[in-house]
Amino acid sequence: MNDNKTIYAMYDDDMTLLAGAKELVAKGIYIRDVFSPFPIHGLDPVIGIKQTRLAICAFIYGLVGLSLALAGMYYFMIVDWPMNIGGKPNDFFYQNIPAFVPISFEFTVLLASHGMALTYFIRNWTLPGVTARNPYPETTNDRFVMEIHPSDFGMSVEDLTDELKKTGTILIEER
Amino acid sequence: MHQEAAIREPLILGEKSYSQITDDVMASVVGKANRSWWIAIGIAAVMAAWGIGCILYLIGTGIGTWGLNKTVGWAWDITNFVWWVGIGHAGTLISAVLLLFRQKWRMAINRSAEAMTIFAVMMAAVWPGIHMGRIWLAYFVFPLPNQFGSLWVNFNSPLLWDVFAISTYFSVSLVFWYIGLIPDFATIRDKVTQVVPKKVYSLLAFGWTGNAKAWNRFEEISLVLAGLATPLVFSVHSIVSMDFATSVIPGWHTTIFPPYFVSGAVFSGFAMVQTLLIIMRKVMNLENYITIKHIEYMNIVIIVTGSIVGVAYLTELFISWYSGVEYEAYAFINRATGPYWWSYWAMMTCNVVSPQVFWFKKLRTSIGFTFFMSIIVNIGMWFERFVIIVTSLHRDYLPSSWTMFHPTFVDIGCFIGTIGIFFVLFLLFARFFPVLPLNELKTILKSSGEQYKNQPTTEEH
Repeated sequence: MNDNKTIYAMYDDDMTLLAGAKELVAKGIYIRDVFSPFPIHGLDPVIGIKQTRLAICAFIYGLVGLSLALAGMYYFMIVDWPMNIGGKPNDFFYQNIPAFVPISFEFTVLLASHGMALTYFIRNWTLPGVTARNPYPETTNDRFVMEIHPSDFGMSVEDLTDELKKTGTILIEER
Repeated sequence: MHQEAAIREPLILGEKSYSQITDDVMASVVGKANRSWWIAIGIAAVMAAWGIGCILYLIGTGIGTWGLNKTVGWAWDITNFVWWVGIGHAGTLISAVLLLFRQKWRMAINRSAEAMTIFAVMMAAVWPGIHMGRIWLAYFVFPLPNQFGSLWVNFNSPLLWDVFAISTYFSVSLVFWYIGLIPDFATIRDKVTQVVPKKVYSLLAFGWTGNAKAWNRFEEISLVLAGLATPLVFSVHSIVSMDFATSVIPGWHTTIFPPYFVSGAVFSGFAMVQTLLIIMRKVMNLENYITIKHIEYMNIVIIVTGSIVGVAYLTELFISWYSGVEYEAYAFINRATGPYWWSYWAMMTCNVVSPQVFWFKKLRTSIGFTFFMSIIVNIGMWFERFVIIVTSLHRDYLPSSWTMFHPTFVDIGCFIGTIGIFFVLFLLFARFFPVLPLNELKTILKSSGEQYKNQPTTEEH
């Protein structure tokens, strides 16, 4: 069998690739990945990509931010050094809550956004100095490429190439 | 595929392909800068240098070199701060609020509007910074343990809320903008041939690959950041307005301030976007992407927010009389008829009367007229802040303290300087960064591109 072989199939249109992917998947072909210059809507369920859980992370970071902000203000303004501001009541946390709303909100957003962004960078492994691994430089411009490993589903390269040719690909390359 | 009504005007004109979009946007990045760019950045750099000189003089000598006095303790400094923050509202509104509303016309303008936001907020941050006098003690705004025992910053003060609001807004806008830029930097990285630019764009692109999972995450983070940034936009200028509204100065002590400031901010922000984009589309040949329709949409936002601002002006005027508070009533009579009457009427003319001409389709689709109006609105919104700040302060509770504010050359120089720095940054952005979001524009090419719209569609969707 052809172990460790990678087949790249290039398309010049996102809709052709999407239609092709549907046909290929129906025939039991597993598409490892797709490289494209922009998100192809509707592709993810076809090639079996699960919805990211980044939003859940953002929610958790937001909760952390909210708790930190409230705990911090409780300590600074109620426990450690209560300030008498125009004689307004400041003995208890709940009396001061209205004044703490803006910073609680801002800090929630701050942590949720930056936490999510950092998670995004790390999960995508897009960080300063990282080398890109898209197989063709054209995939960031106007080409759409499927990456298929025939060994994943035990098909010969020849059969796969025949199947790919039927989907309107403009280039098939073995690496 | 998403289909759009045929009667909806196309957002991308001409016969464009995916690579054509890349080439059109990259033309400025790979090509040589033209003469007008050099002239513009030359003028901006001179203004910036003059301003930096004034700022250094101010820091070295003290804020006594400004025209501030004991009665008017806030004047041009805070006027300019609020003006710049206001301008900084359009970018995130366009990229976040319009994203949530699925307004596709935002895609041609969001990148440059966000760049404008970031630079405007940077210029805004200069003002409270230098207003501190001893800027090297600026870290005191953060709740840091210090040698004075339990001396914490006052979390009940809107000035501290401002610190959190502005820094959150700036950093979140920056991250949002940069995450959108990464795939476009990757496009440039894979397209340029020169060695040094390739290295630089490789570094900027963070190794973006554009695989399906990355795009899945990209769309998710764009949506969630837009959702987070939307209340953030509204909170920032609300908090700025509370700097005034929570005080007991007649003319400031008004509950209408937060919504009134936010709509004023959007109003001025869109005006600045118009100023910049009308020039940019011409100089960089982007007329097919930033179309008359885009300009018209922005003018519609200007008329809506301008009308909200107009209603707010009249409401606060009415309430100053209706409340029966004589201090409040005097503050408003004094604004309109006192020694600063000219600034009040400049504000009223520029902000309330003039945007109403955009009801005429001929005028709101005229590029020359829109450019003229965008300048008028920017002037009007500067005067709004000047009126609120200076006319409210210059009549103290004690008539013996009544005074006038006269800007010195340092006031003027610092203001001109921030305009200069802003334009230097924006021109550098326009020269070296992808000014249109390539990856987003490509997603709407087939639904909103002119040549695709004119084709009868047969394929099912």
